[in-house]
Amino acid sequence: MSDAIKTVGVGVCGAGGTMGAGIAIVAARAGYKVVCYDTAEAPLSRTVKQTEAFFQKSVERGKMSEADRDAVLARFERTTDLGRLAPCDLVIEAVFEDLSVKRKLIGELDAVCSDHTIFGSNTSTLSITEIASGCKRPERVVGMHFCLPAQLMKLVEMSPGLLTSDQVFKAAWDWTVTCGQKPVRTQDKPGFILNALLVPFNNDAIRAVEAGVADAASIDTAIKVGLGYKMGPLELIDLVGLDTQVRLCEAFYPITLDPRAACPPLLRRMVAAGLLGRKSGRGFYTYDGNAMFGA
Amino acid sequence: MRYFIEQKGESRSFPRGDAFLAGACAAADAEVAIYLGAPVVADAGKAAVLVELTTECLAEHADEAAAESRNILGFARYRNGELPPSNVVELVRFPGSDARAIDAAKAVFEAAGLTVVVCADQPGRILDRLLRPKYNAALRFLDEGLASAEDMDKTCKLGLGYPDGPIERILRGGLSHHYDVTQALFETYGTPAYAPPRRALAAARRGGR
Ligand SMILES: NC(=O)c1ccc[n+]([C@@H]2O[C@H](COP(=O)([O-])OP(=O)(O)OC[C@H]3O[C@@H](n4cnc5c(N)ncnc54)[C@H](O)[C@@H]3O)[C@@H](O)[C@H]2O)c1
Repeated sequence: MSDAIKTVGVGVCGAGGTMGAGIAIVAARAGYKVVCYDTAEAPLSRTVKQTEAFFQKSVERGKMSEADRDAVLARFERTTDLGRLAPCDLVIEAVFEDLSVKRKLIGELDAVCSDHTIFGSNTSTLSITEIASGCKRPERVVGMHFCLPAQLMKLVEMSPGLLTSDQVFKAAWDWTVTCGQKPVRTQDKPGFILNALLVPFNNDAIRAVEAGVADAASIDTAIKVGLGYKMGPLELIDLVGLDTQVRLCEAFYPITLDPRAACPPLLRRMVAAGLLGRKSGRGFYTYDGNAMFGA
Repeated sequence: MRYFIEQKGESRSFPRGDAFLAGACAAADAEVAIYLGAPVVADAGKAAVLVELTTECLAEHADEAAAESRNILGFARYRNGELPPSNVVELVRFPGSDARAIDAAKAVFEAAGLTVVVCADQPGRILDRLLRPKYNAALRFLDEGLASAEDMDKTCKLGLGYPDGPIERILRGGLSHHYDVTQALFETYGTPAYAPPRRALAAARRGGR
């Protein structure tokens, strides 16, 4: 049995969500037929419009012909029937970040999918090995962490669980390359590379504000001018949402016990006050439409 | 804003040949006094008296409770090891620093095309305080086999849009420079996040190689 992933059948679970919809675009764009699965019709139909708009923009920008757009869109199948994933070579899950939800889903997939199916997990904070323990073929489960927005970001952090076979890992890796993605290899550890470096760093920036080292704008300016980053840490936290940063801390701290990963008290106070960042109009900065003002 | 410079030894902020050094005037004509490596002299007659800092705090040069310190400020132009200095100057103030002194210092540096950020007199100021623990984590991850140096750097560049990754930055700046900074921070903060990591310690003990 070959582990090569063919042009038929890539399944995406949670395809009605932010990441799932983006991953489905990546796969379809690369020529794969994509089975988009979610538990309800509503999230799936929301992504139809977003997906069409995404490829329409590609046409308008001259990156794709109208015929190619129609061909890509024809490769999407949307379903709430898990059984439709049965023939897929690769099924990537991007469902809620909850170990019990992911373990249960992987068990259900195990029951319906062919023997050769590879299961990818887009988890940001959970252990691939623990997710894989929900099924009887943990050797076929691989961590495939795409970045937001998946349809634009090339990076995929690829992690084998403790029991993942080398052959399966390589097949999943090669598949990402055929999609034009850029995979990196990491161990199955909390936050892989990106979040393991970023979550504590962002917390440190919040603690620096709290400790009166400098205001948010000065911290962000120092980082941007000093290092050539496009965005400072506090601008980034405002973008991803202060509530999301709290959730990341809550996911990392109990498993790492790294004091830098613990939620800074200021962050909790700001979330309690409804200061969630861009989405609420105020976080470390105040926003009026797209304009930003120093807090 | 005219400034004079009292210098002893090489300055990390303004290395030999930096145009800023050439822009200085005579002490009597200057509104701002700048001390680069030389002991600071309080002077209430100046708009600001600036002392260059490396890893130490401003309070090691001036008593923050003293009235004569109101116009004394610290500064450091951020620099990764021996690489050329960046364009950002961290301007260090005491809680009771005179706002006019801060404005004068900003004017001097901004006229030289530098970006000034004001911060409190805390170890590591903004940049080393934030960056060194992250670099320590990256070096530890490397030791623990989380990923290769190349993949760690690639992740930061592709995933976060950084111009370079943590490992290449540390190596370019020098592991023993990283040791010097983290050691100084560890002495004051005492938290494991600042403890010099194995590779930096080893480089320092090998004599900087
Ligand atoms: N949002 C990000 O920035 C980001 C980045 C990288 C990775 N991730 C990871 O991607 C995953 C999804 O995150 P998201 O932000 O897209 O979430 P989301 O809430 O936008 O989407 C989750 C989707 O999963 C669906 N779902 C839930 N349980 C399901 C099940 N049992 N079967 C099928 N579908 C199910 C939901 O209906 C929803 O449409 C998480 O593991 C998250 O950690 C998120």
